[in-house]
Amino acid sequence: MASRIRIRAQLKDDYCEVKALMRHPMETGMRKDQSGAAIPANFIEDVQVLHNDVVVVQAYWGAAVSANPFLGVRFKGGAQGDVVKVVWRDNQGDSGSGETTIR
Amino acid sequence: MGNLDPLGLTRRSFVAVSSALFVVAALPQKIWAAALRPETAFQATTLEATFEALGGAPTVSDGIVFSTPDIAENGAVVPVRIEIDTSVLSDVSKIYVIVEKNPNPLAAVFQVPPNTQPYAETRVKVAQTGNLYAVAEANGQLYMMQRETKVTLGGCGG
Amino acid sequence: MHKGFIRGISAVLIGLWSAMLFSETDGVFDEYRAMLGDDNPAIFVIFDGEEIWFTPAGPKSASLEQCDLGLGPGVVEGAYAQLPRYFADVDRVQDVEARLEHCMTQLQGLTPAEVHGKPYSLRGDLGTELEALVAWIADQSSGLAIAPMQAHAKERATYELGERLFYYRAGPHDFSCATCHEQAGRRIRLQTLPNLTTHQGAAEAYSSWPAYRISQGIVRTMGWRMRDCMRQQRMPELIMGSEATVALQTYLAVNGAGAPMAAPGLKR
Repeated sequence: MASRIRIRAQLKDDYCEVKALMRHPMETGMRKDQSGAAIPANFIEDVQVLHNDVVVVQAYWGAAVSANPFLGVRFKGGAQGDVVKVVWRDNQGDSGSGETTIR
Repeated sequence: MGNLDPLGLTRRSFVAVSSALFVVAALPQKIWAAALRPETAFQATTLEATFEALGGAPTVSDGIVFSTPDIAENGAVVPVRIEIDTSVLSDVSKIYVIVEKNPNPLAAVFQVPPNTQPYAETRVKVAQTGNLYAVAEANGQLYMMQRETKVTLGGCGG
Repeated sequence: MHKGFIRGISAVLIGLWSAMLFSETDGVFDEYRAMLGDDNPAIFVIFDGEEIWFTPAGPKSASLEQCDLGLGPGVVEGAYAQLPRYFADVDRVQDVEARLEHCMTQLQGLTPAEVHGKPYSLRGDLGTELEALVAWIADQSSGLAIAPMQAHAKERATYELGERLFYYRAGPHDFSCATCHEQAGRRIRLQTLPNLTTHQGAAEAYSSWPAYRISQGIVRTMGWRMRDCMRQQRMPELIMGSEATVALQTYLAVNGAGAPMAAPGLKR
């Protein structure tokens, strides 16, 4: 199964910029499908961005974050080649992660 | 137990204690602990209740640089960007993204340790034209900046 | 102040205001699109499409690796930019969806009914195999000039049919495509209506589909877009891969020929 996260980590001026795109329906629980049945709430609740295994951002999300969510953060102290990892967990207990190296 | 020296320490325990002290000294000064998910705030259904759950009404600060589009082509995906001017507002440790007219205004929370810039970029659902708020928490105080984003109804194509 | 002067100023102001109302509204969403940047969730769908292409399926347990999209069996890079085109093995002009139907039935053993069963996502769906395949195939032509084949007599006849269909008024509203799409500077609410009879309008439209559609969270194809236009005009259903949809897409592609493909795009 292909990765559900695309991450870019780039060194800029005096910080490292991380941009991540995640694949997730972020269902609010308020939509109905073609047959009229309610689509259950299914959204990412928790996201962590790690730099060399240290958490640099802790995010909590509600269902109002857009589907296939985007995340952009900045942290200091990154160097080329360091590993940046993004980990998410949703309200149904599913999780995903991905990593990249800083350019 | 072996022979005790005058301080009551054996050689073995002395080595053990000094090793422990060495390890403690090597730990970072502060281990950053993220606060828990503010579930009450996520469940609030009005702007006032959201602010209350977060700790009270924030004061406006132009240290918060809040970018949202004036008009969104679709309310399902509205890009937002929050930067903090640290010369105006320092020690920001949390950023909240709030959409006033959503069923639950609180959309996202970003927590950062001191080494991370207080900066966040994401995309949120905006149910209808109205105010978005970027709230920053610094040293237990809440600050905010607001912007109105218009949400349009589609035509037919596109 | 002289009455004439006031009238003159009023006329200018009304003229400016009218110009604003009827001018292109693309500028209105420039800031919005700039903030979205390049991060297009279609990337995930592209990966899915590639995987599906190489995965054996159907009663014959075959992948689509031997599918000929016009540049030879299995050659995907650059193929989308040259569609629609004539295929000798079926003696007709086909778009990407008609061609995929052909490959799915011939190589994989699926029945036409199975292929047509649910080519496009319904509300609440997270994407179909066809949408993913088209996303990947179109991405393999990204940056290449739109160059639908027009050498064969049937290819040219298809363009002419497409043009006739474009202007053909029918349905309960007596609409044709031209009703909305043959003038510049028109819009429905804030959605600009491109003039598809011109090179620029056709190029912008044809180069940006398939596209990740924000309002639906999935990738939609050019074939779907045509079909949905027909639905909105209350016309009969435009069937996937049919002569009519191929003709209309050919009309657009030829009008926009030369402009670079930029699909999958990002749309509302």
